[in-house]
Amino acid sequence: MIRSEILREIAPILRPHLVICNIGLPSQEMHLIDDQPTNFYMLGTMGLSSSIGLGLALAQPKQVISIDGDGSVLTNLGTLPTIANNVADNFILLIIDNGSYGSTGDQPTYAGKKTRLEAVAAACGCEAVVTCKAEETGTALKAALASGKMTVIVAKCDSGNIKVPVITKDPVTIRDRFMAEVAR
Amino acid sequence: MSIHKRIVDDFVANDVSFITTVPCKQLAGVIDEVEARDEIFHIPANKEDEGMGLCAGAFMGGKRAAIIMQNTAIGVTINTLATLTQFYRMPLPILISYRGELREPVSCQVEMAVHTKALLAQLNIPTYHFHWQKDVEEFDNILKYTFMCNKPVAILTDANFWGGYGDQ
Repeated sequence: MIRSEILREIAPILRPHLVICNIGLPSQEMHLIDDQPTNFYMLGTMGLSSSIGLGLALAQPKQVISIDGDGSVLTNLGTLPTIANNVADNFILLIIDNGSYGSTGDQPTYAGKKTRLEAVAAACGCEAVVTCKAEETGTALKAALASGKMTVIVAKCDSGNIKVPVITKDPVTIRDRFMAEVAR
Repeated sequence: MSIHKRIVDDFVANDVSFITTVPCKQLAGVIDEVEARDEIFHIPANKEDEGMGLCAGAFMGGKRAAIIMQNTAIGVTINTLATLTQFYRMPLPILISYRGELREPVSCQVEMAVHTKALLAQLNIPTYHFHWQKDVEEFDNILKYTFMCNKPVAILTDANFWGGYGDQ
């Protein structure tokens, strides 16, 4: 099971919530599968999906889910101690871990080798860290939402991409319609 | 009134309620003051681009956010400033410890100081330089300007502004 198949499966679970979609293919796939005004598409800035999501969760009470990748978390590894030490129980970090930099040609990441991000998150002080197989992502996400606790989910999946168009929406449009949903 | 209290009073008066910081010894007093205020959620960041991500999220969550950092971090944050803060048109006051300027004791700090204003100019970031303590009188206007225009705005504060390093 590859990332786009996970996103297709969890799209109905994500739909009522505020979702920060990681740069590159994850944003493009979410845009293709289930474009919603509650989705914030990152068109650039690799690594900051978790930081944007945490800032958003700390600033307002609605549930926030950051969809991140193993490569992006490795780029911004300092995010995990910040998350652990600033608990927002309305925040879920969903790391789709395919062990590769999918958007750039599936080069292997260190998470695809010896590094286990779930162990890193736990060592950073994150209290609810869940590791699951790709097929279990929906179940893990529902459980995290029901728990009312800040949760880091590491969903292990296969490397691989589908063909998706780039997002041509203007960034200010993406941001403006997203903020309208936040304020609704 | 201390300069630290004056700065944080202006943040609070302008409804800035979410501040992320990466320390510099020139900024220790103002960071202590940020931490002490009930009106402000203070979230230390491990790196300044991470901090700008936190601020972007807080802004979209309805809070006015700001970052406090050293000028060396301009080298860390150019991509984030261009592709997140500016691309999505988000306001962000950036209070910067301007190391490597007059009264600086550490020579290496000069190496980024000589690039600081040029980089900010290249990014079209409105930039103000506080050299004397009275320059803080502009801070309130700068914050209002930042939230009026929805842009990142830099406030460089050098060693002379903070009172120098004593005997160093």
